[in-house]
Formats: sequence, structure tokens, C-alpha cells
Amino acid sequence: MERIPILRMGRQLLVTIQVDMHDQLALTLQDDLTARIVKDRAKGVLIDISSLDVVDSFIGRMISNIANMSRVLDAQTVVVGMRPAVAITLVELGLDLAGVRTALNVERGMALLAQVE
Amino acid sequence: MKEQHSLASIIRKNESELLAEWSKEQVSRQTRRDKVHEADAARVSSEFLNGVVDAASQGSLDARSSGWSKVREILGEFSATRAAQGYSPSETATFVFSLKKPLFARLRKDLSSDPQALGDEMWNATVLLDELGLYTTEMYQKSREQVIQHQQRELMELSTPVVELWEGVLALPLIGTLDSGRTQVVMESLLEKIVESGAALAIIDITGVPTVDTLVAQHLMKTVAAARLMGADCIISGIRPQIAQTIVHLGVDLSAVTTKASLADAFAIALKRTGARIERSEA
Repeated sequence: MERIPILRMGRQLLVTIQVDMHDQLALTLQDDLTARIVKDRAKGVLIDISSLDVVDSFIGRMISNIANMSRVLDAQTVVVGMRPAVAITLVELGLDLAGVRTALNVERGMALLAQVE
Repeated sequence: MKEQHSLASIIRKNESELLAEWSKEQVSRQTRRDKVHEADAARVSSEFLNGVVDAASQGSLDARSSGWSKVREILGEFSATRAAQGYSPSETATFVFSLKKPLFARLRKDLSSDPQALGDEMWNATVLLDELGLYTTEMYQKSREQVIQHQQRELMELSTPVVELWEGVLALPLIGTLDSGRTQVVMESLLEKIVESGAALAIIDITGVPTVDTLVAQHLMKTVAAARLMGADCIISGIRPQIAQTIVHLGVDLSAVTTKASLADAFAIALKRTGARIERSEA
């Protein structure tokens, strides 16, 4: 089954979404990521969505949920690399990912994680 | 059927004379002279007459029917050029209407023996030319509307510049009313610029926005939210005293955003956040 890889870098987890997100994939990611945060005792999670160019309300909510779940598990979460079109779509859908940190790219996101820890 | 053919055949028989008289008529009714435009009009005239003969000999004299599509195309193109050259709609329609006089003269001469047929043909020709004249006006207006739409789009782009004030600091001076169409353009250009410049701060200056109502405030908040999703913080500046009062009276919640009274204050705080500092040099 197709999965989104979760990479570990020290106490941080790196999730890069390189394929088109479909609903099942998002649900699998949600399970995998929460399991990994607990197992690896991760302190930070970075979700890179720079390859994602289409979002619908479900995927938007899943991103928001995943980010909030990792925060509940006490891992600082940063969503990075959102494309302008995706940002506009999410705002129009009323999903402003309140409480989730965002950064322009992976580099900035890593810097932000290092800062908040 | 016979009458319709006769109009076509009369035009065909007298084509060259008609054309000469028509262009003379066009020139005499025109308020300005221009050799280039006259040559162009002469070319269009002959194409037009040919088209009319072709279409009329197919039987129908209804200018809206499919047989007349070529004539309509010629006129449409002609109207568009005239509109671009700055002719008025009546000058453009006169092009068609000035055919009446020479055409009626021909009809009168050729059908003088048959007053009944003459009356019929005159009526047919009038209806046809009126229809075509109106069509030119319509096309003229359409091409003018296209120009207006084009300008509107350009104006919209011009009115939403995103400037880089400092390394990593963008400014978005908004001038004029914010409606949803404009917010869309503003949002898109801001987000594109954030990607391009990698800025982490954007100052939205609303000094030039005349009124802020709940809708405008909502548009502003949307823009701020979208920028935040891309990892950039926004500062709203240029809030005039009246606008501050209105915002509070309307119950708009701007607490999620940093607001500053002037662009200078906003810039100062932006510099502070990026870690830069301005010092006065000692003279």
C-alpha cells in the first residue's frame, strides 16, 4: 500500500508529501505519524506540502488535524511550503489552520523548530 | 422570391457605379478626411457589396440569418477598427446608411416602370440596411466594452503593487475600495511575491482605503490568514482615526493581527522583528 514516508532527524520528524494526497493516504499518514511521534518521542514535526497543488476541504481538514494531533502529543509542528493557490483555497474554505505554525520553506521551518524547542 | 433576387441583381448589375457613388457619399457625410481610412473604407465597401449580393441571392433578406454571416463578419471587423481609430458610433453606422441614397437612386431608375415593385424593393432595402447599420453600432459598442474591460483589468493590476521595503519585508499599499474581486488579485500578488522574495513579513497599508466595513475587514482578514499559511506575518497599518472608530463600532475583531497607525510605525516594528536597526549617524 502506498504510504507517505516519515523521516527522522534527531528528535524531529520530517514528512514530505510528494504525491497527490487522496483521502486514504491522508488517513494512513495520520495513523503513521501519531504512532511515530510516540515511538520516537519526537519533539518536533515538520510537514512539507510544497508538492501539493490541489486541496479539497477534506485534505485541508486532514492537514489541520494531523498538525493539531502532533501538537497534542507535545511535538511542535510546522507546516511548510504551502503554495499560494493552496493557501487561497484553504482560506476560502474557512480553514485557517489556527494554532498551527507555518513557514515558507523547509529551511525556515527547521529554524523555527530549533527556535521553539 | 423574385423580389429578393431582383435587389441582388440590381446591386450586381450596377456594382461599380454604386460603389463609386457610395464612397462619394461616405466622403461627403464625413466630418474628417483621412486618406488611409478612406482607402480602407473603399476596400471594405467593395467586400461588403460583394457579400450583400452573395447573401441576398441566397434568398433571405434577414441580416440575422446564417446566410449573412460573412457580411456580419466584415462589418464587425470594420466597426472594431473604427472604434479603435476613435470614430463615433454614428460615424461608423453612417458607413452603412450612406449606401441608401445611391442604392435608392438605382432602384428608382431600374424599376421606374413598376411602382409596386419599386415600393417593395425600397422597403426591403431600408429594412436590410437599417438592420446592418444597427449591427455596426452593436459591434462598435462591443469592441468598446472590450477596451473598457481590458483597461479595468490593467487598472486592477496597477492598483495593487507589492513592494519590497527591506530584505524580507514586503509592503502592500492598498488604494481604493476593496471588493472581493480586488481582494483576490491583492491576495494572489501578495502570495506570489512572498514565494518569490521569501519575505517573512508583509505590511498591508490601508491609508488609501476610503471606508472599512465588515466586508472589507473580512477581506483583509482573509488576506492575512492566507499569508500566514505561507509562513508570513502581516501587519496592518494606516488605520485612520475614523476607521478605528468604525472598526470598533462594527465589532470587527482585528486582535489576531498586529495593527499600527502609520506605515512608519509598522516599518519600524518590521525592522525590529527581522533584527535590523536604524541608527542616526552622528554628524
